Amino acid sequence: MNVTAFLSPPAEACRRHGPQDMIVLSSRIRLARNITGFAFPGWAKKAERVRAHELLRQAVESAPAMKGALTQPMDAVSALEKQLLVERHLISREHAARNAGSGLVLDRAESLCVMINEEDHLRMQALRPGFQLKEAWVALDTLDTHLDARLPYAFSPELGYLTACPTNVGTGIRVSAMLHLPGLVLAELINPVIQAVNKLGLAVRGLYGEGTEALGNIFQVSNQMTLGESEPEILAKITKVVQQLVENERNARAKMLEERPRVLFNHVGRAFGTVANAYSIASKEAMNLLSLLRLGHDLGMFPALERAVVDELLLTTQPAHLQHGHAGKLEADERDLLRAEVLRSRLHDVARPETRHLTPRSGPVHSPQPSEEDPT
Amino acid sequence: MLCSVCHKNPAKVHLTQIIKDKMHKVDLCEECSKQKGVTDPAGFSLADLLLGLGASQELDKPAAKGAAEPACPACGFAQSDFKKTGRLGCAQCYETFAEGLQGILKGMHKGTRHAGKAPAAQRRQRDVTEELKALQKRLDKAVTDEHFEEAARLRDQLRALRGAVETV
Repeated sequence: MNVTAFLSPPAEACRRHGPQDMIVLSSRIRLARNITGFAFPGWAKKAERVRAHELLRQAVESAPAMKGALTQPMDAVSALEKQLLVERHLISREHAARNAGSGLVLDRAESLCVMINEEDHLRMQALRPGFQLKEAWVALDTLDTHLDARLPYAFSPELGYLTACPTNVGTGIRVSAMLHLPGLVLAELINPVIQAVNKLGLAVRGLYGEGTEALGNIFQVSNQMTLGESEPEILAKITKVVQQLVENERNARAKMLEERPRVLFNHVGRAFGTVANAYSIASKEAMNLLSLLRLGHDLGMFPALERAVVDELLLTTQPAHLQHGHAGKLEADERDLLRAEVLRSRLHDVARPETRHLTPRSGPVHSPQPSEEDPT
Repeated sequence: MLCSVCHKNPAKVHLTQIIKDKMHKVDLCEECSKQKGVTDPAGFSLADLLLGLGASQELDKPAAKGAAEPACPACGFAQSDFKKTGRLGCAQCYETFAEGLQGILKGMHKGTRHAGKAPAAQRRQRDVTEELKALQKRLDKAVTDEHFEEAARLRDQLRALRGAVETV
Protein backbone atom coordinates (compact mmCIF):
# COMPACT_ATOMS: atom_id res chain seq x y z
CA MET A 1 0.00 0.00 0.00
CA ASN A 2 1.30 3.47 -0.73
CA VAL A 3 0.99 6.68 1.24
CA THR A 4 -1.89 8.08 -0.81
CA ALA A 5 -4.00 4.97 -0.38
CA PHE A 6 -3.21 4.75 3.32
CA LEU A 7 -3.99 8.30 4.42
CA SER A 8 -7.59 9.00 5.40
CA PRO A 9 -9.42 11.51 3.19
CA PRO A 10 -9.09 15.13 4.41
CA ALA A 11 -12.81 15.37 5.28
CA GLU A 12 -12.39 12.41 7.60
CA ALA A 13 -9.05 13.53 9.02
CA CYS A 14 -10.54 16.91 9.97
CA ARG A 15 -13.43 15.32 11.82
CA ARG A 16 -11.24 13.93 14.58
CA HIS A 17 -12.17 16.02 17.55
CA GLY A 18 -10.44 16.65 20.83
CA PRO A 19 -10.93 18.77 23.93
CA GLN A 20 -10.71 22.52 23.39
CA ASP A 21 -10.12 22.14 19.68
CA MET A 22 -11.66 25.54 19.05
CA ILE A 23 -8.24 26.95 19.95
CA VAL A 24 -5.91 23.97 20.43
CA LEU A 25 -5.76 22.40 16.96
CA SER A 26 -3.54 19.51 17.97
CA SER A 27 -1.15 18.14 20.59
CA ARG A 28 2.08 16.48 19.68
CA ILE A 29 4.97 14.82 21.49
CA ARG A 30 8.20 13.84 19.84
CA LEU A 31 11.04 11.72 21.19
CA ALA A 32 14.53 11.55 19.70
CA ARG A 33 16.43 8.29 20.19
CA ASN A 34 19.64 6.80 18.84
CA ILE A 35 21.23 3.39 19.12
CA THR A 36 24.80 2.49 19.94
CA GLY A 37 27.12 0.99 17.35
CA PHE A 38 25.97 3.21 14.48
CA ALA A 39 26.98 6.77 13.64
CA PHE A 40 24.16 9.33 13.66
CA PRO A 41 22.31 9.43 10.30
CA GLY A 42 23.82 12.76 9.24
CA TRP A 43 27.35 11.40 9.63
CA ALA A 44 26.90 7.72 8.72
CA LYS A 45 27.73 6.51 5.23
CA LYS A 46 24.85 5.21 3.16
CA ALA A 47 25.58 1.51 3.76
CA GLU A 48 25.61 2.09 7.52
CA ARG A 49 22.35 4.02 7.34
CA VAL A 50 20.73 1.23 5.36
CA ARG A 51 21.80 -1.37 7.95
CA ALA A 52 20.54 0.78 10.83
CA HIS A 53 17.28 1.43 9.00
CA GLU A 54 16.60 -2.28 8.64
CA LEU A 55 17.25 -2.95 12.33
CA LEU A 56 15.15 0.00 13.47
CA ARG A 57 12.28 -0.71 11.10
CA GLN A 58 11.88 -4.26 12.38
CA ALA A 59 11.83 -3.11 16.00
CA VAL A 60 9.28 -0.38 15.29
CA GLU A 61 7.02 -2.72 13.30
CA SER A 62 7.00 -5.20 16.18
CA ALA A 63 5.22 -2.72 18.48
CA PRO A 64 1.57 -3.61 19.22
CA ALA A 65 0.53 -0.04 18.40
CA MET A 66 1.97 -0.50 14.91
CA LYS A 67 -0.33 -3.34 13.92
CA GLY A 68 -1.54 -2.62 10.39
CA ALA A 69 0.90 0.26 10.08
CA LEU A 70 2.24 1.65 6.84
CA THR A 71 5.98 1.15 6.42
CA GLN A 72 7.79 2.92 3.63
CA PRO A 73 11.43 3.49 2.77
CA MET A 74 11.75 7.15 1.86
CA ASP A 75 13.07 6.35 -1.62
CA ALA A 76 9.75 4.63 -2.36
CA VAL A 77 7.72 7.72 -1.46
CA SER A 78 7.09 10.19 -4.28
CA ALA A 79 7.84 13.88 -3.87
CA LEU A 80 4.10 14.65 -3.86
CA GLU A 81 3.37 12.04 -1.19
CA LYS A 82 6.19 13.40 0.95
CA GLN A 83 4.65 16.84 0.72
CA LEU A 84 1.24 15.40 1.63
CA LEU A 85 2.78 13.89 4.75
CA VAL A 86 4.36 17.23 5.65
CA GLU A 87 1.02 19.02 5.21
CA ARG A 88 -0.57 16.46 7.53
CA HIS A 89 2.22 17.15 10.05
CA LEU A 90 3.21 13.48 10.00
CA ILE A 91 6.81 13.99 8.90
CA SER A 92 9.18 16.94 9.09
CA ARG A 93 10.31 18.91 6.06
CA GLU A 94 13.82 17.62 6.79
CA HIS A 95 12.62 14.05 6.58
CA ALA A 96 10.81 14.75 3.33
CA ALA A 97 14.19 15.60 1.84
CA ARG A 98 15.60 12.15 2.65
CA ASN A 99 15.79 9.09 0.45
CA ALA A 100 17.47 5.68 0.62
CA GLY A 101 18.44 4.60 4.12
CA SER A 102 15.58 6.52 5.74
CA GLY A 103 12.03 5.44 6.27
CA LEU A 104 8.78 5.94 8.06
CA VAL A 105 6.31 3.82 9.98
CA LEU A 106 2.83 5.28 10.41
CA ASP A 107 0.12 3.62 12.49
CA ARG A 108 -3.39 2.90 11.19
CA ALA A 109 -4.95 5.74 13.20
CA GLU A 110 -2.37 8.25 11.89
CA SER A 111 -1.63 9.17 15.48
CA LEU A 112 1.82 7.59 15.85
CA CYS A 113 4.54 8.17 13.31
CA VAL A 114 8.16 7.08 13.49
CA MET A 115 10.73 8.70 11.23
CA ILE A 116 13.74 6.43 10.83
CA ASN A 117 17.09 8.08 10.15
CA GLU A 118 15.93 11.64 10.17
CA GLU A 119 18.45 13.71 12.15
CA ASP A 120 18.46 10.95 14.77
CA HIS A 121 18.04 7.22 14.28
CA LEU A 122 14.52 7.47 15.60
CA ARG A 123 12.21 10.44 15.72
CA MET A 124 8.90 9.16 16.98
CA GLN A 125 5.86 11.26 17.49
CA ALA A 126 2.37 10.93 18.85
CA LEU A 127 -0.33 13.26 17.56
CA ARG A 128 -3.75 13.92 19.04
CA PRO A 129 -6.50 16.32 18.01
CA GLY A 130 -7.23 19.12 20.48
CA PHE A 131 -5.61 19.48 23.87
CA GLN A 132 -4.44 15.94 24.73
CA LEU A 133 -0.78 16.23 25.61
CA LYS A 134 -1.00 13.69 28.39
CA GLU A 135 -2.70 11.09 26.19
CA ALA A 136 -0.06 11.66 23.51
CA TRP A 137 2.70 11.16 26.08
CA VAL A 138 1.22 7.92 27.38
CA ALA A 139 1.03 6.48 23.85
CA LEU A 140 4.55 7.53 22.97
CA ASP A 141 6.05 6.43 26.29
CA THR A 142 4.57 2.97 25.70
CA LEU A 143 6.09 2.75 22.22
CA ASP A 144 9.45 3.96 23.54
CA THR A 145 9.45 1.37 26.33
CA HIS A 146 8.67 -1.35 23.78
CA LEU A 147 11.61 -0.24 21.62
CA ASP A 148 13.91 0.07 24.63
CA ALA A 149 13.54 -3.67 25.23
CA ARG A 150 14.65 -4.40 21.64
CA LEU A 151 17.22 -1.76 20.77
CA PRO A 152 20.47 -0.71 22.46
CA TYR A 153 19.58 2.93 23.09
CA ALA A 154 22.48 5.38 23.27
CA PHE A 155 22.19 6.67 26.82
CA SER A 156 24.48 8.21 29.38
CA PRO A 157 23.46 8.37 33.05
CA GLU A 158 24.66 11.94 33.15
CA LEU A 159 23.46 13.32 29.81
CA GLY A 160 20.47 11.05 29.22
CA TYR A 161 19.48 10.00 25.70
CA LEU A 162 22.25 11.04 23.32
CA THR A 163 21.13 12.89 20.20
CA ALA A 164 22.83 14.18 17.05
CA CYS A 165 22.19 17.77 18.08
CA PRO A 166 23.13 18.80 21.62
CA THR A 167 19.90 20.81 21.82
CA ASN A 168 17.91 17.57 22.14
CA VAL A 169 20.12 15.63 24.55
CA GLY A 170 18.63 14.44 27.84
CA THR A 171 14.99 13.50 27.52
CA GLY A 172 15.02 14.00 23.73
CA ILE A 173 11.47 15.21 24.12
CA ARG A 174 9.62 17.96 22.35
CA VAL A 175 6.16 18.66 23.66
CA SER A 176 4.15 20.97 21.45
CA ALA A 177 0.66 22.27 20.93
CA MET A 178 -0.64 23.91 17.79
CA LEU A 179 -2.80 26.91 18.60
CA HIS A 180 -5.16 29.04 16.54
CA LEU A 181 -4.79 32.56 17.94
CA PRO A 182 -6.54 35.04 15.62
CA GLY A 183 -7.96 37.00 18.57
CA LEU A 184 -4.54 37.76 20.00
CA VAL A 185 -3.24 38.68 16.54
CA LEU A 186 -6.14 41.04 15.78
CA ALA A 187 -5.92 42.62 19.23
CA GLU A 188 -2.19 43.13 18.58
CA LEU A 189 -1.36 41.25 21.73
CA ILE A 190 0.46 38.39 20.07
CA ASN A 191 3.98 39.83 20.28
CA PRO A 192 4.01 40.48 24.02
CA VAL A 193 2.43 37.06 24.53
CA ILE A 194 5.14 35.37 22.43
CA GLN A 195 7.81 37.23 24.35
CA ALA A 196 6.35 36.13 27.66
CA VAL A 197 6.28 32.51 26.48
CA ASN A 198 9.88 32.80 25.24
CA LYS A 199 10.94 34.06 28.65
CA LEU A 200 9.77 30.77 30.12
CA GLY A 201 12.29 28.99 27.91
CA LEU A 202 9.63 27.86 25.45
CA ALA A 203 9.66 28.34 21.70
CA VAL A 204 6.85 29.76 19.57
CA ARG A 205 7.00 28.73 15.94
CA GLY A 206 4.93 28.82 12.78
CA LEU A 207 2.74 26.16 11.26
CA TYR A 208 5.41 23.80 10.01
CA GLY A 209 7.86 24.09 12.88
CA GLU A 210 11.31 25.56 12.97
CA GLY A 211 11.85 28.61 10.82
CA THR A 212 8.36 28.79 9.36
CA GLU A 213 5.85 31.61 9.23
CA ALA A 214 2.80 31.76 11.47
CA LEU A 215 0.41 31.41 8.55
CA GLY A 216 -3.28 31.42 9.30
CA ASN A 217 -2.64 32.74 12.82
CA ILE A 218 -1.47 29.27 13.78
CA PHE A 219 1.33 29.01 16.31
CA GLN A 220 3.23 26.09 17.77
CA VAL A 221 4.34 26.30 21.38
CA SER A 222 7.02 23.86 22.48
CA ASN A 223 9.80 23.28 24.96
CA GLN A 224 13.36 24.05 23.92
CA MET A 225 15.32 22.60 26.80
CA THR A 226 15.64 18.85 27.19
CA LEU A 227 18.37 18.42 29.78
CA GLY A 228 17.79 18.86 33.49
CA GLU A 229 14.00 18.58 33.49
CA SER A 230 12.01 15.34 33.50
CA GLU A 231 9.30 14.54 30.97
CA PRO A 232 6.43 15.11 33.43
CA GLU A 233 7.91 18.46 34.43
CA ILE A 234 8.16 19.60 30.81
CA LEU A 235 4.67 18.30 30.11
CA ALA A 236 3.23 20.15 33.11
CA LYS A 237 4.92 23.38 32.08
CA ILE A 238 3.63 23.33 28.51
CA THR A 239 0.16 22.28 29.71
CA LYS A 240 0.05 25.27 32.02
CA VAL A 241 1.24 27.69 29.36
CA VAL A 242 -1.23 26.33 26.79
CA GLN A 243 -4.09 26.69 29.26
CA GLN A 244 -3.02 30.26 29.84
CA LEU A 245 -2.83 30.97 26.10
CA VAL A 246 -6.30 29.50 25.54
CA GLU A 247 -7.57 31.79 28.28
CA ASN A 248 -5.77 34.80 26.74
CA GLU A 249 -7.20 34.02 23.32
CA ARG A 250 -10.74 33.69 24.67
CA ASN A 251 -10.37 36.99 26.51
CA ALA A 252 -8.95 38.72 23.46
CA ARG A 253 -11.92 37.55 21.38
CA ALA A 254 -14.45 38.59 24.03
CA LYS A 255 -12.79 41.95 24.45
CA MET A 256 -12.71 42.61 20.69
CA LEU A 257 -16.37 41.68 20.44
CA GLU A 258 -17.19 43.98 23.30
CA GLU A 259 -15.05 46.96 22.40
CA ARG A 260 -14.41 46.84 18.68
CA PRO A 261 -17.02 44.54 17.15
CA ARG A 262 -16.94 46.31 13.80
CA VAL A 263 -13.25 45.70 13.37
CA LEU A 264 -13.89 42.05 14.03
CA PHE A 265 -16.92 41.81 11.71
CA ASN A 266 -15.04 43.74 9.05
CA HIS A 267 -12.18 41.25 9.08
CA VAL A 268 -14.40 38.21 9.05
CA GLY A 269 -16.82 39.66 6.51
CA ARG A 270 -14.08 40.65 4.08
CA ALA A 271 -12.36 37.31 4.52
CA PHE A 272 -15.58 35.49 3.70
CA GLY A 273 -16.20 37.75 0.72
CA THR A 274 -12.80 37.01 -0.76
CA VAL A 275 -12.41 33.38 0.10
CA ALA A 276 -15.89 32.43 -1.11
CA ASN A 277 -15.77 34.47 -4.31
CA ALA A 278 -12.18 34.66 -5.54
CA TYR A 279 -11.19 33.14 -8.89
CA SER A 280 -7.51 32.96 -8.08
CA ILE A 281 -5.99 32.79 -4.64
CA ALA A 282 -2.51 31.97 -3.33
CA SER A 283 -1.91 29.47 -0.55
CA LYS A 284 -0.83 32.01 2.06
CA GLU A 285 -3.74 34.34 1.43
CA ALA A 286 -6.18 31.44 1.57
CA MET A 287 -4.78 30.31 4.92
CA ASN A 288 -4.99 33.75 6.46
CA LEU A 289 -8.55 34.25 5.24
CA LEU A 290 -9.67 30.78 6.29
CA SER A 291 -8.29 31.52 9.74
CA LEU A 292 -10.64 34.50 9.94
CA LEU A 293 -13.50 32.37 8.68
CA ARG A 294 -12.75 29.91 11.46
CA LEU A 295 -12.83 32.78 13.95
CA GLY A 296 -16.18 33.88 12.48
CA HIS A 297 -17.48 30.36 12.96
CA ASP A 298 -16.33 30.33 16.58
CA LEU A 299 -18.12 33.62 17.20
CA GLY A 300 -21.34 32.21 15.77
CA MET A 301 -21.34 34.27 12.58
CA PHE A 302 -21.83 31.24 10.31
CA PRO A 303 -24.54 29.11 11.95
CA ALA A 304 -24.71 26.66 9.03
CA LEU A 305 -20.96 26.19 8.63
CA GLU A 306 -19.17 23.39 10.42
CA ARG A 307 -15.71 24.05 11.79
CA ALA A 308 -14.55 20.77 10.27
CA VAL A 309 -15.29 22.19 6.82
CA VAL A 310 -12.99 25.15 7.46
CA ASP A 311 -10.32 22.83 8.81
CA GLU A 312 -10.72 20.62 5.78
CA LEU A 313 -10.25 23.61 3.50
CA LEU A 314 -7.18 24.67 5.45
CA LEU A 315 -5.76 21.28 4.53
CA THR A 316 -7.08 20.75 1.00
CA THR A 317 -5.92 24.16 -0.20
CA GLN A 318 -2.29 23.34 0.67
CA PRO A 319 -0.20 22.80 -2.47
CA ALA A 320 0.26 19.02 -2.30
CA HIS A 321 -3.33 18.29 -1.27
CA LEU A 322 -4.53 20.49 -4.12
CA GLN A 323 -2.24 18.78 -6.57
CA HIS A 324 -3.22 15.37 -5.28
CA GLY A 325 -6.02 13.81 -7.30
CA HIS A 326 -5.26 16.09 -10.16
CA ALA A 327 -3.63 14.52 -13.18
CA GLY A 328 -0.58 16.35 -14.44
CA LYS A 329 1.63 18.71 -12.54
CA LEU A 330 0.06 22.07 -11.77
CA GLU A 331 2.11 25.25 -11.85
CA ALA A 332 1.68 27.76 -9.03
CA ASP A 333 -0.72 30.00 -10.99
CA GLU A 334 -2.78 27.00 -12.04
CA ARG A 335 -2.95 25.94 -8.40
CA ASP A 336 -4.21 29.40 -7.47
CA LEU A 337 -7.09 28.99 -9.93
CA LEU A 338 -7.89 25.49 -8.70
CA ARG A 339 -7.67 26.57 -5.06
CA ALA A 340 -10.19 29.35 -5.65
CA GLU A 341 -12.47 26.86 -7.38
CA VAL A 342 -12.30 24.43 -4.45
CA LEU A 343 -13.07 27.24 -2.01
CA ARG A 344 -15.93 28.67 -4.07
CA SER A 345 -17.65 25.34 -4.49
CA ARG A 346 -17.20 24.24 -0.87
CA LEU A 347 -18.45 27.58 0.49
CA HIS A 348 -21.15 28.04 -2.12
CA ASP A 349 -24.07 27.39 0.21
CA VAL A 350 -22.70 29.21 3.24
CA ALA A 351 -24.82 32.23 4.09
CA ARG A 352 -23.25 35.65 4.55
CA PRO A 353 -21.94 36.31 8.07
CA GLU A 354 -24.59 36.94 10.69
CA THR A 355 -23.74 39.62 13.25
CA ARG A 356 -27.02 40.92 14.59
CA HIS A 357 -27.32 38.39 17.41
CA LEU A 358 -23.80 39.27 18.54
CA THR A 359 -24.63 42.90 19.19
CA PRO A 360 -27.72 42.90 21.40
CA ARG A 361 -26.76 46.06 23.20
CA SER A 362 -27.24 49.49 21.75
CA GLY A 363 -24.31 51.80 22.20
CA PRO A 364 -20.90 51.48 20.69
CA VAL A 365 -21.92 49.05 18.00
CA HIS A 366 -24.70 51.15 16.58
CA SER A 367 -23.06 54.49 17.00
CA PRO A 368 -20.45 55.40 14.46
CA GLN A 369 -16.90 54.80 15.55
CA PRO A 370 -14.75 56.91 13.29
CA SER A 371 -11.75 56.60 15.56
CA GLU A 372 -11.58 52.86 15.21
CA GLU A 373 -8.53 51.79 13.35
CA ASP A 374 -7.97 48.68 11.37
CA PRO A 375 -5.33 46.78 13.31
CA THR A 376 -3.84 45.13 10.28
CA MET B 1 42.19 44.26 26.85
CA LEU B 2 43.92 41.17 25.51
CA CYS B 3 42.43 38.57 23.21
CA SER B 4 40.78 35.79 25.19
CA VAL B 5 42.10 33.12 22.83
CA CYS B 6 45.80 33.89 22.26
CA HIS B 7 46.26 36.24 25.25
CA LYS B 8 48.86 38.14 23.20
CA ASN B 9 47.30 40.69 20.91
CA PRO B 10 44.86 43.42 21.89
CA ALA B 11 41.21 42.43 21.46
CA LYS B 12 39.48 44.16 18.58
CA VAL B 13 36.38 42.03 18.14
CA HIS B 14 33.91 41.92 21.02
CA LEU B 15 31.10 39.42 20.95
CA THR B 16 28.09 39.23 23.18
CA GLN B 17 25.41 36.65 22.87
CA ILE B 18 22.53 36.00 25.22
CA ILE B 19 21.70 32.36 25.66
CA LYS B 20 18.83 31.79 28.06
CA ASP B 21 19.21 34.92 30.18
CA LYS B 22 22.96 34.40 30.53
CA MET B 23 25.29 36.78 28.83
CA HIS B 24 28.36 35.29 27.20
CA LYS B 25 31.18 37.63 26.21
CA VAL B 26 34.23 36.90 24.16
CA ASP B 27 36.97 39.36 23.17
CA LEU B 28 39.21 38.44 20.28
CA CYS B 29 42.11 39.94 18.37
CA GLU B 30 41.77 40.32 14.62
CA GLU B 31 43.81 37.25 13.85
CA CYS B 32 41.95 34.92 16.18
CA SER B 33 38.58 36.24 15.06
CA LYS B 34 39.50 35.36 11.49
CA GLN B 35 40.74 31.98 12.54
CA LYS B 36 37.54 31.23 14.42
CA GLY B 37 35.48 32.32 11.46
CA VAL B 38 33.83 35.16 13.36
CA THR B 39 33.99 37.35 10.26
CA ASP B 40 31.69 34.96 8.45
CA PRO B 41 28.34 36.09 9.81
CA ALA B 42 26.41 33.20 8.31
CA GLY B 43 28.32 30.33 9.82
CA PHE B 44 29.05 31.70 13.22
CA SER B 45 27.55 31.13 16.60
CA LEU B 46 29.09 31.87 19.93
CA ALA B 47 28.31 28.32 20.99
CA ASP B 48 30.69 27.05 18.33
CA LEU B 49 33.31 29.43 19.53
CA LEU B 50 32.84 28.38 23.13
CA LEU B 51 33.33 24.82 22.02
CA GLY B 52 36.54 25.97 20.42
CA LEU B 53 37.67 27.54 23.68
CA GLY B 54 37.20 25.13 26.60
CA ALA B 55 38.56 21.68 26.07
CA SER B 56 39.18 22.30 22.54
CA GLN B 57 41.97 24.67 23.32
CA GLU B 58 43.67 21.65 24.77
CA LEU B 59 42.63 19.64 21.76
CA ASP B 60 43.82 22.37 19.42
CA LYS B 61 47.40 22.25 20.63
CA PRO B 62 48.58 19.21 18.68
CA ALA B 63 46.84 20.62 15.62
CA ALA B 64 48.91 23.75 15.89
CA LYS B 65 52.03 21.62 15.81
CA GLY B 66 50.92 20.19 12.51
CA ALA B 67 49.39 16.98 13.81
CA ALA B 68 45.96 15.86 12.62
CA GLU B 69 42.88 17.40 14.20
CA PRO B 70 41.57 15.28 17.08
CA ALA B 71 38.72 13.06 16.01
CA CYS B 72 36.24 10.71 17.64
CA PRO B 73 37.82 7.23 17.80
CA ALA B 74 34.45 5.60 17.12
CA CYS B 75 33.30 7.51 14.05
CA GLY B 76 36.13 9.80 12.93
CA PHE B 77 34.09 12.94 13.48
CA ALA B 78 36.24 16.01 14.14
CA GLN B 79 35.59 19.27 15.86
CA SER B 80 35.56 21.22 12.63
CA ASP B 81 32.71 19.00 11.46
CA PHE B 82 30.66 20.13 14.42
CA LYS B 83 31.34 23.71 13.48
CA LYS B 84 30.03 23.03 10.01
CA THR B 85 26.89 21.10 10.90
CA GLY B 86 26.08 21.77 14.55
CA ARG B 87 25.49 18.02 14.86
CA LEU B 88 27.71 15.33 16.36
CA GLY B 89 28.87 12.16 14.61
CA CYS B 90 27.84 9.41 17.02
CA ALA B 91 26.94 8.73 20.64
CA GLN B 92 30.64 8.30 21.49
CA CYS B 93 31.31 11.90 20.41
CA TYR B 94 29.68 13.04 23.65
CA GLU B 95 32.63 11.48 25.48
CA THR B 96 35.27 12.49 22.95
CA PHE B 97 34.26 16.14 23.06
CA ALA B 98 32.88 16.08 26.61
CA GLU B 99 34.83 19.03 27.91
CA GLY B 100 33.98 21.34 25.06
CA LEU B 101 30.35 20.31 25.08
CA GLN B 102 29.94 21.11 28.74
CA GLY B 103 29.87 24.85 28.13
CA ILE B 104 27.47 24.50 25.21
CA LEU B 105 25.03 22.34 27.13
CA LYS B 106 25.13 24.68 30.09
CA GLY B 107 24.06 27.58 27.91
CA MET B 108 21.37 25.60 26.14
CA HIS B 109 19.57 23.70 28.84
CA LYS B 110 18.04 24.05 32.24
CA GLY B 111 20.58 21.77 33.88
CA THR B 112 23.64 19.73 33.02
CA ARG B 113 22.39 16.44 34.41
CA HIS B 114 19.68 14.26 32.95
CA ALA B 115 16.45 14.03 34.89
CA GLY B 116 13.75 11.77 33.60
CA LYS B 117 13.20 8.51 31.82
CA ALA B 118 16.05 6.01 31.46
CA PRO B 119 16.33 2.71 29.60
CA ALA B 120 15.12 -0.25 31.66
CA ALA B 121 18.64 -1.67 32.13
CA GLN B 122 19.86 1.66 33.47
CA ARG B 123 16.84 1.96 35.70
CA ARG B 124 17.44 -1.45 37.27
CA GLN B 125 21.03 -0.54 37.94
CA ARG B 126 20.00 2.81 39.38
CA ASP B 127 17.45 1.11 41.63
CA VAL B 128 19.97 -1.43 42.92
CA THR B 129 22.55 1.27 43.58
CA GLU B 130 19.99 3.23 45.52
CA GLU B 131 18.85 0.23 47.48
CA LEU B 132 22.46 -0.60 48.38
CA LYS B 133 22.98 2.96 49.55
CA ALA B 134 19.83 2.87 51.67
CA LEU B 135 20.78 -0.45 53.25
CA GLN B 136 24.29 0.79 54.03
CA LYS B 137 22.83 3.87 55.67
CA ARG B 138 20.51 1.79 57.85
CA LEU B 139 23.40 -0.52 58.72
CA ASP B 140 25.59 2.41 59.78
CA LYS B 141 22.78 3.76 61.93
CA ALA B 142 22.15 0.34 63.51
CA VAL B 143 25.84 0.06 64.38
CA THR B 144 25.93 3.57 65.87
CA ASP B 145 22.81 2.83 67.88
CA GLU B 146 24.34 -0.50 68.95
CA HIS B 147 21.42 -2.49 67.55
CA PHE B 148 23.69 -5.37 66.66
CA GLU B 149 21.02 -7.91 65.81
CA GLU B 150 19.47 -5.49 63.34
CA ALA B 151 22.96 -4.68 62.01
CA ALA B 152 23.74 -8.34 61.40
CA ARG B 153 20.49 -8.78 59.52
CA LEU B 154 21.17 -5.71 57.35
CA ARG B 155 24.73 -6.88 56.70
CA ASP B 156 23.40 -10.20 55.39
CA GLN B 157 20.87 -8.38 53.20
CA LEU B 158 23.62 -6.17 51.78
CA ARG B 159 25.80 -9.20 51.05
CA ALA B 160 22.94 -10.99 49.34
CA LEU B 161 22.14 -7.96 47.17
CA ARG B 162 25.78 -7.38 46.24
CA GLY B 163 26.11 -11.05 45.38
CA ALA B 164 23.04 -10.85 43.19
CA VAL B 165 24.45 -7.83 41.33
CA GLU B 166 27.75 -9.60 40.70
CA THR B 167 26.12 -12.70 39.27
CA VAL B 168 24.06 -10.62 36.82
